[in-house]
Amino acid sequence: MSAAASPVQILRRIASQEAMLAVAIIGLAIVVGFVNPRFLSANNLSDLLLGNAYIAVAAIGMSMVIVSGNIDISVGALIGVLATVSGSLAVAGYPIAFAWGAPLVIGIAVMAAQGAVVAYLGIPSIVVTLGMWSILKGGLISVTGGRWITDLPNSFHLADVEVFGVLPMPVLIMVGATILAAIWMRFWPGGRAIYAAGGNPEAARLCGVSPRRTTIFVFAAHGFFAGIAALMFATQLRVIQSTTPAGLELVVITASVVGGVSILGGVGTVIGSTLAAVLLAEIASALVFINVSPYWTHAVQGSLILATVIADILRRRRRLGAA
Amino acid sequence: MNRYLKRHETILAAILIVALIGLGYLNDQFLTLDNLLNQGRLMTEIGLIALPMTFVIVTGGIDLSVGAIVGLCAIVLGVAWKNWGLPLPLAVVVALGVGALAGFCNGLVITRLKAPPLIVTIATLALYRGLAEGISKARSVRGYPDWFYVLGQGEVFGVPTQLWILGACIVIAGVALDRTSFGRTLYAIGANETAARFSALAVDRAKLIVYTLSGLMSGLSAFVLVSRVTTTRSDMGLGYELDVIAAVVLGGASIFGGAGTVWGTVIGLVMIQLLKNGLALTGVKGDATIIVIGVVLIASVLIASSLERRRE
Repeated sequence: MSAAASPVQILRRIASQEAMLAVAIIGLAIVVGFVNPRFLSANNLSDLLLGNAYIAVAAIGMSMVIVSGNIDISVGALIGVLATVSGSLAVAGYPIAFAWGAPLVIGIAVMAAQGAVVAYLGIPSIVVTLGMWSILKGGLISVTGGRWITDLPNSFHLADVEVFGVLPMPVLIMVGATILAAIWMRFWPGGRAIYAAGGNPEAARLCGVSPRRTTIFVFAAHGFFAGIAALMFATQLRVIQSTTPAGLELVVITASVVGGVSILGGVGTVIGSTLAAVLLAEIASALVFINVSPYWTHAVQGSLILATVIADILRRRRRLGAA
Repeated sequence: MNRYLKRHETILAAILIVALIGLGYLNDQFLTLDNLLNQGRLMTEIGLIALPMTFVIVTGGIDLSVGAIVGLCAIVLGVAWKNWGLPLPLAVVVALGVGALAGFCNGLVITRLKAPPLIVTIATLALYRGLAEGISKARSVRGYPDWFYVLGQGEVFGVPTQLWILGACIVIAGVALDRTSFGRTLYAIGANETAARFSALAVDRAKLIVYTLSGLMSGLSAFVLVSRVTTTRSDMGLGYELDVIAAVVLGGASIFGGAGTVWGTVIGLVMIQLLKNGLALTGVKGDATIIVIGVVLIASVLIASSLERRRE
């Protein structure tokens, strides 16, 4: 590949899942805004992004894990545990920096341990993370009894921090983390190694990439993003319920998959998964504004997810056929 | 390979027996016939789905939509009877049909589009659960006639009704997987799908059947569940998929396909249920018991894979 891509190459690269998602996000906004202008109010758009930014951040790590040829079922339970730990520390009067830092460290440790089991003991990631999901979920509820954590100190709330007076912190984190992770995965050797290990582990080994080390690293990175997502989740409301958010792992995996990350490994970008997380949130919100009965929201969302997944598979196959 | 499989199940059975004796020693209510039969009643809903899930996993696939299909079928059963005015037996048939259809759709997308089952069934999970919510409109259906509860709460010859059904299904599934050409086809697909196709095996048809069965049995599970808990809600079966997969994987089925038996799945299923119950009886709080399941799941696969490595 030449160092400078020609405009045609750039265009071809843009005609991708990411571009389709971006068009869908803007198109949906225009159509729904036409039907009900209140949808485009600054208030609604900021609520939409604020409430879902943590899913996009968790999907960054999940996308890395899936690109490396693995999967993680435990992330929803882990986010619940980390949010509870962080909130409890803040309430107990520890410095805020400590309450914010602990979930990152624990997230990295738990995920790296799972990555090590996957890499060195040869157990499929779906089994390891399913077991961990069970352990974390049971552990959290038996320790806390599912009680609510209240009286969180004001300084704990990440969402209250506004940058340049308008941009709320969670949105900034979502955009910043996505761009940094995308650049890193696209251009840095460590990032390329994830694609190599996921696409063809044997070939990667021959090229001097250690699939095992890559797996552990990818899970550790995923734990880091899960820690950030847990912080965003913990600080978006004034209370934290110390249980695991039901089905969160599937929401995060769905964002990655709709974003074009191939479950077979080796393909996909975090820009796609973040756009997908935004689109899924936008669809949920749009259905309210165009007066779809709230009972049918999930059915409409589900059929759109299915349609996106099928479209992505067909598009990919056509490209394979053309090549 | 076959010998190794048998060994995994033997080890699992041995662990199960030791755990049973230990738990029975700690609590004298545990090893009573009443308690064991009652546990059998409670594990039937997961067990009925775990059988076709074993088939699915043997082919190298997975079906995450089973819990959502349980919810959809339960709602269809209730609404068809209460709101559409169908006679209850017909409503049951309609619910089973919807389950089979939902599974058939999974199979159709997976075979026609050659799409990874994990992705397809995550997407249909969202769709089927959404349909259940849409049809139910947050109403619950209650007040079924008395005869309807025979399946979920009644007994036949002193054994819970649904346990007879589960037993029959286990025997049929066990024979089908181990002793028929259909069963051998599933192993062939899981071991090497390309080779299976070149051997002129009807790969797509077998997969279609397996996913349809998975949906149908989820419908049957919904029927049993509604009859046991006497009410119908759209969130029924939430999270079943992970319980079912845990039982199958604990039973020694390889998530990569090509290995696994019905007998293993049954041991895995019994083990999870009795561990939960035994620990609860010895004073472990209900939710803490699922920690043990996570540990047992990882540990059993660890032991199995290290044994396999030693043999190689």
